[in-house]
Amino acid sequence: MSEIIQYFPMILSGMLLTVSVALLSVLIAIVLGMLGAVAKLSKSKIAAAIAGIYTTIIRGIPDLVMMTIIFFGGQIMVNNIGAKFGWDYIDVSPFTAGVLTIGFIFGAYMTESFRGGILAVSHGEIEAGYAFGMKPAQVFFRITLPAMVRHALPSFGNNWLVLTKTTALVSVIGLQDMVYKAGLAGGATRKPFTFFCLVAFLFLIITGVSDVGFRWLNKKYTVGVRKA
Amino acid sequence: MDVQVIIDNLPLYFQGLWVTITLVVSSLAIGLCLAVPVALLATAKNKWISFLPKAYIYFFRGTPLIVQMFMIYHGMGQFTIVHETFLWTIFQEAYACALIAFALNTAGYTGEILRGTIEQTLFGEIEAAKACGMSTPMIYRRIILPSTFRRALPAYGNEVIFMLHGSSLAGVITIVDLFGAARIVNSRSFVPFESYITAGIFYLAMTFMIVWGFKMAERHFHAYLRPRES
Repeated sequence: MSEIIQYFPMILSGMLLTVSVALLSVLIAIVLGMLGAVAKLSKSKIAAAIAGIYTTIIRGIPDLVMMTIIFFGGQIMVNNIGAKFGWDYIDVSPFTAGVLTIGFIFGAYMTESFRGGILAVSHGEIEAGYAFGMKPAQVFFRITLPAMVRHALPSFGNNWLVLTKTTALVSVIGLQDMVYKAGLAGGATRKPFTFFCLVAFLFLIITGVSDVGFRWLNKKYTVGVRKA
Repeated sequence: MDVQVIIDNLPLYFQGLWVTITLVVSSLAIGLCLAVPVALLATAKNKWISFLPKAYIYFFRGTPLIVQMFMIYHGMGQFTIVHETFLWTIFQEAYACALIAFALNTAGYTGEILRGTIEQTLFGEIEAAKACGMSTPMIYRRIILPSTFRRALPAYGNEVIFMLHGSSLAGVITIVDLFGAARIVNSRSFVPFESYITAGIFYLAMTFMIVWGFKMAERHFHAYLRPRES
């Protein structure tokens, strides 16, 4: 017990990193997912094909493999580009690589959630928007976007939960998140089980808090929906 | 791109591929055997019975697979009862630890899939079975379970893909699976892009095959749901 108290601040600092990786990468994922969904639904066949390839490849390759490709391969690519333009050596930090990779991976999953959400918005609402003389961009931001949130929220919530668990993988590329710190603490005290158990519980806490958050959001966005 | 290194190391990749396949297939098999009783107990009406399987499902679905694997691989040596008995011969083996972690994990996910599907069984079917005079075990054997396995097929396909992707974690704890092979190739000749992308292509191909396999299986088992071809 005393070991846990002794190492708790260290684990908590790791948890802070885990949460910040998760929050930053979900922002990237939302942007990519939105772009992907619009591309998949657009009339342009090229855009739809690119988005299709993106989601298929990402969902077919394990996140861990994707992360190492982007972390190790990205470093070499940045160096090669830098050599051409005469930049100084740029170090791709594990943090940047981790956030970019997770954002990139979950952008593909978000594409599917957002696409489903956009498709679920009733056509009449969009038509009404055009009837008021709105431009396509206005219709998208004023009608489609607010109305799709309700439909996309459940699968968005699922993706978020999977994403927080995926952040545990950044410890493999050397980022000092809470899994990494638990490994250190476990090695120092020779009680690895205790510390990995603690980390598992902290993950359950993150899950529980997000669950409460999503319930609140769901309530907020389904205010106008009639229930039997 | 240095293709020659990859060609030279192809035997290593195929060796890793074989390890990945056996690891995934055996953990899925063990996991499915565990998942059925977990799901059946979780659907029990008695809260005291359903509590434990539900907690099991909650824990294994709520925590990262890598943490579960570390708890078993790094963590088990902490207990003297493990360290000083025959159990140590199992838990000091990375392959066995990965297999145990993956099987327990997929049992949690599959258990939840089956639980959801069992609960959605149409009440009319169960009522009809009761009216025919079937006993409860017989209703499970003849009505509920066959229809559950049928309806759980699409969700289980996703779980198989998830397990294939999760199995790449085995490479982290020194097992030479596909990802482990890519790590070895990278550390020997420092070609990170080529080595990991090759592993990625292998995984991609396997994912496609699983998707195709489940499509075929659904075509067979969901034949009665297809619209009639005129």
